[in-house]
Amino acid sequence: MKMTYREAIRQAMHEALAADPRVFLMGEDVGKYGGTYACSKGFLEEFGPERIRDTPLSELGFVGAGIGAALGGLRPIVEVMTVNFSLLALDQIVNTAAALRHMSGGQFSVPLVLRMATGAGRQLAAQHSHSLENWYAHIPGIRVLAPATIADARGMLGPALADPDPVVIFEHAQLYNLEGELPDDWRCDIATAAVRREGTDVSLITYGGSLPKVLAAAGQLAAEGIAAEVIDLRVLRPLDTETIAASLRKTHKAVVVDEGWRSGSLAAEVMACIVEQCFFDLDAPVARVCSEEVPIPYAKHMEEAALPQVSKIVAAVRQVLGK
Amino acid sequence: MTVPYDKTFAQKLLHDMLRIRRMEEKCAELYGAQKIRGFLHLYIGEEACAVGALHALAPGDNIVATYREHGHALVRGVPMDAIMAEMFGKSAGCSRGRGGSMHLFDAATRFYGGNAIVGGGLPLAAGFGLADKLQKRQAVTAVFFGEGAMAEGAFHESMNLAALWQLPVLFCCENNLYAMGTALARSEAQTDLCAKAASYAVPTLKADGMDIVAVHEAMKLAARHVRDGLGPFFLELQTYRFRAHSMFDPELYRDKAEVEEWKTRGPLHTFSARLKAESKLTEEEFLALDARANAEVQASVDFAEAAPWEPVEDLLKDVVTPPSPSIPLPPAGEGSNPPPSPARGRGAGGEGPP
Repeated sequence: MKMTYREAIRQAMHEALAADPRVFLMGEDVGKYGGTYACSKGFLEEFGPERIRDTPLSELGFVGAGIGAALGGLRPIVEVMTVNFSLLALDQIVNTAAALRHMSGGQFSVPLVLRMATGAGRQLAAQHSHSLENWYAHIPGIRVLAPATIADARGMLGPALADPDPVVIFEHAQLYNLEGELPDDWRCDIATAAVRREGTDVSLITYGGSLPKVLAAAGQLAAEGIAAEVIDLRVLRPLDTETIAASLRKTHKAVVVDEGWRSGSLAAEVMACIVEQCFFDLDAPVARVCSEEVPIPYAKHMEEAALPQVSKIVAAVRQVLGK
Repeated sequence: MTVPYDKTFAQKLLHDMLRIRRMEEKCAELYGAQKIRGFLHLYIGEEACAVGALHALAPGDNIVATYREHGHALVRGVPMDAIMAEMFGKSAGCSRGRGGSMHLFDAATRFYGGNAIVGGGLPLAAGFGLADKLQKRQAVTAVFFGEGAMAEGAFHESMNLAALWQLPVLFCCENNLYAMGTALARSEAQTDLCAKAASYAVPTLKADGMDIVAVHEAMKLAARHVRDGLGPFFLELQTYRFRAHSMFDPELYRDKAEVEEWKTRGPLHTFSARLKAESKLTEEEFLALDARANAEVQASVDFAEAAPWEPVEDLLKDVVTPPSPSIPLPPAGEGSNPPPSPARGRGAGGEGPP
């Protein structure tokens, strides 16, 4: 069945709401407005205002309330409009949701699902465009997901809600209009990375909104006779390093593509894992393509220059391969 | 005003205040002996607040407290042994030694911390209220915080949410006049805390936090309002801490005379004097209550001393819920998802209290 990423997210939430009365959706403009990205269109009419709960602009307050509601026996899906706004709620996420299980000696789990849009590419400038997934991936106690395909958009929410611990789901804003086939077997785990394209010459490791760019780059490289393997991390914490290592043992070369800024990026973590686990398998230094170290600019050509692009990925691969 | 309680209940209140006082005096001593480390925030002087307030709540209610929560945990029913062991960092502690003084937790008594981010518990309390409201449980969530928390955005966001959604949350502000070393008037443009709360269309009440009868009566009224489904309530308890903010505080910000003045209103001696005047307490009975409190403290110290240290191999335990084969992947194919499995942790709708 053909559908958009947005529709896949919508169906996943619809299914969860219909199946479990403990599940409810809360966030800014999720109800009357239908969701900032229209992921909850029609939900208010169908499930009512108790379960489709428009919140005031109080990220700290309603994310914290989601934690309390989860502790109180519900299964909240809390939508934060963008990762930039989630910084207003960071205290509750880091100091409470992620820490509570441990600092209570294992007495309280927080079964909270936090969804938020991330990423650049729509000329929304420096307060609506950032990729801070790695900040969250740094924190013990939470699971971080980055669905990059229609199937993952459809499949990741169910197991996220079943997870007894907090799960943060990053939906790249550029993906909502992505259209594709929803496979019959869309159900998935939230633990492993996926090989999106097999290859033998180089491993391209990426996640989220960069996956379409990396697949396009792999297509171009194939035309040049370079067989790139594409790994979609899917789960940013805990990282599935085994899938990465298995690929490296085959290709012996890697380029990591990450829309986060280069310094302290998730790419840096992946590269460190490769060096730790695959050093003697490597035939070339590991390379990365990240965002330039600048707040994302408004002007289109400047924004494009700041972000990983197909051409930059292809160039990085050629350099690693010495071509 | 005479004490409107029978002798048994009145002595129970006094005894609970004594238990907190003696436990904390011992904690201060053990801090000096380096048995207890980290931050230690004593509640000495403020005991009437926790005791008066918590005795107005029911077992099914939720408690969210601050980092100055030893008294609240104890009165709520967390065993002193478990509190003391937690202070020692032992795995027999109520948070298995992972929390310490500032993070006492107890699922059995619905005691949800022990939060050391000022104002951090307030949004959580709104969430508990939401869960109770949506699940039609007639519970009260009582959240304790200091007046310092009222400068945090979390206070305003949580008050607004609770009022907007008419959540069963009892906001209980223990106003001890100092946010660490910063006096209320030096940090707040509006020093009338009830006025701030009232701006969210929430009913408010002020009570003398040094007077346990005033606290208990105010809390009963507030809890009834909340339990009856009339929405949130804001209660200000005006109190004073006799000791330093923490064990690192040289107390440069307040006069010794001010502290001495407040000590004349100390909740222990004023309440016992009242009870004696009303023939609800004899000196012998007071000494017996005090001796019982001291014996409980000594037993808790012995328990904590004897408790084993958690093996370092367990370090990574309880960061996330361990995988369980009882939660399989959803079946492949068409059809609707089965409802998500209940949490495996205690208290999260799984094996926790109802």
